[in-house]
Amino acid sequence: MSARALQQPLSLRLTSGVFLAMWCVIAAFPILWIMVQSFKVPVDAYDSNALNVILGPETLARGHGMSLFQILIGAAMLWLTFHLARKTLPSLVHQVFDSGVQWIGWVIGVLALTIGAIVALFGVVPWLAGLLDPYLGPFGTNVIGVTTEHYKTVWVERGFFRNFQNSLIVTAGVVAISLSVGTLAGYGLARSGSKLAFWILIIALIFRALPHSVLVAGYLPVFISSSEWLAPILGENAPTLYGKPFAVIAVLVAINQPFTIWMLRSFFQNIPAELDEAARVDGCSHFQAFRRVIMPVMWPGVITTGLFSFLLAYNDFLVTSLLLDAQNQTMVPAIAGMFNRETTTTDQVVAVAAAVSITAPLFFLVMAFQRQIVSGLTAGAVKG
Amino acid sequence: MKFKIFAAFIGPSVIMMILFIAFPLFSVFKQSFYLTQPIYELMDVETCTPGFITQSCVTETQSIPKLDEHGEIITQTKFVGLQSYRNVLELERAWDALSSGNWAGFGAIDFWKALRFTLTFTLITLPLVLGAGLGIALMINNAAKSVRGPVIFVSLLPFIITPVIGALSINWLFRGDGILTAAIEWYLQRDIAMFAQAWTIEVLMMLYRVWHVAPFAAIVFYAGLQTVNQDSLESAIIDGASRWQRLKYIIIPHLMPLIVFISMIHLMDSYRVFEEIVGFSSQGHVISLQWLTYDFLVPDQAGNRSISRASASAMLTMIGIALLLVPLLRRTWRDHHGGH
Repeated sequence: MSARALQQPLSLRLTSGVFLAMWCVIAAFPILWIMVQSFKVPVDAYDSNALNVILGPETLARGHGMSLFQILIGAAMLWLTFHLARKTLPSLVHQVFDSGVQWIGWVIGVLALTIGAIVALFGVVPWLAGLLDPYLGPFGTNVIGVTTEHYKTVWVERGFFRNFQNSLIVTAGVVAISLSVGTLAGYGLARSGSKLAFWILIIALIFRALPHSVLVAGYLPVFISSSEWLAPILGENAPTLYGKPFAVIAVLVAINQPFTIWMLRSFFQNIPAELDEAARVDGCSHFQAFRRVIMPVMWPGVITTGLFSFLLAYNDFLVTSLLLDAQNQTMVPAIAGMFNRETTTTDQVVAVAAAVSITAPLFFLVMAFQRQIVSGLTAGAVKG
Repeated sequence: MKFKIFAAFIGPSVIMMILFIAFPLFSVFKQSFYLTQPIYELMDVETCTPGFITQSCVTETQSIPKLDEHGEIITQTKFVGLQSYRNVLELERAWDALSSGNWAGFGAIDFWKALRFTLTFTLITLPLVLGAGLGIALMINNAAKSVRGPVIFVSLLPFIITPVIGALSINWLFRGDGILTAAIEWYLQRDIAMFAQAWTIEVLMMLYRVWHVAPFAAIVFYAGLQTVNQDSLESAIIDGASRWQRLKYIIIPHLMPLIVFISMIHLMDSYRVFEEIVGFSSQGHVISLQWLTYDFLVPDQAGNRSISRASASAMLTMIGIALLLVPLLRRTWRDHHGGH
């Protein structure tokens, strides 16, 4: 009877469905829209008629366009990439690499696939289309205006590649250090019922609420004058911490630590304590128990926490813009400089292309790790 | 677990937090009472301009920063007490404006302007985020199983996007004759400028924040909805409860801990509102508390950072955080002592 009693009238289901569809449009629209804009010449990108922005007649008139044939093979390439990523890559990694070094296989595989996809989409597809379009009649005529010139401007002329490298260094450093430090602490806190552990967690909670600008106000004078006060310890070549990526990594790790230890603690609490007790009975020390028994089963929690550390470091604007100098700037502050400078509409579309370049990796991140992100969001909630 | 082993496990993390959170806090507190300034000295400076027959020379007394032997400006740090706080709060000006009933004048003082916006922003977005999150969660729960995955995927996009970029993407939709401004103009048949006055910018910022955070609330609520007791729902149906009553008396009380959790996280995060100011380039009209500190920290045209004023405004921001945290801490305290 329960199924029938809980069944909803058609009208309610329809309304709910319609509103859900509306939400999806609202959620995705701004992001999709800047993606469309970034591929058009400025006149089209800022046209007040939506259809002109999507189809790009002016872009088409300047000879940048895609034919139906090109769209088709482009879509085929995309499908192939997804198929490779979802089916072929995992099985290949499992076959070629041992379980211990599997993550190396994943890194190599994902890198190869990304580079392959970029080459195929931006190199092979246009070349093939240019070769075959003249023979295909209506299928070979350009229908949609698309240009990648703004991406070339961003990545090649404006030197966005350097910013990308810096972002990569900072995020990789933050994720690696905050996970290794946080895992130990999270485990210690989960297995200890002492008063001290409780107080550390409470203080961490207070630290989590601090505005980052408060902390940066504390770092700045110390970092700028660091070569003076480090000189007695390190001698002549004491570094100025201001502007150095490693200093920013340390700062971001510390800012992220409260969140990391709360989250990892709740994951470790879900691993039954009997597991390490059994190992201890068999004669392991605490550290051996941690390494041999807990480490093999903790990866889901660590990956989820790592994702959130990644997001914090990658998305940060305040800390990186204040503590890094111009040559070491990461992507997000760099784009802020870009749109503040925007004087012509071309500059604006270039800034849009940079924004899309920053967003693209996040898009693929959600695609690959949707389940982990959801479990991370709910894990924090369940434990409060 | 023995204390020694416990200390070894948590040691690195605690040291990092002391070094990079507790210590800077202390140094900000100290800095807010000190002021570092170049030492100025009065000097007679003769400026000559070539004239028609003779040079015309003017002698002025100017204050010029003292230089040391390397040609660098000598600075000195001195204790100034609450001076930096006074500079940030501008109490006299605020009091004058208030006592003459001049609200616009009061709102023109940076600190009070920032405080006003931060509080309105926090309090208005909170119910919107909770409502939107709960609505989306209920709709996802209602949808067929096969579409839930893709819908959650799309919903996550606004949540994970870089805040500055997210704010920018909304900004670009409305900036100038952006696509949505054009649509509104077409609908209202009149010209509008979304970035010419403060309140439209504030509305856009709040919309952005709700767009950005509602997915988080929705996913947490959706997870909570999976654990609603089906038996009590069924018995409510047998008792003749309407859908609305079931929502009000069974589902919402069940979700209450999650509602508290999300409210707390949202209060903390929206009190720190900052990226919106950057993304909407709204500093001319609207600023927030955290942006105020940031602005003091950015070097001005002469390359000076007003560290002591930044520290003072940071300390004032912290007072707000402390007030926000008290109820949360009391609750955690109660839970801890009730649970053990």
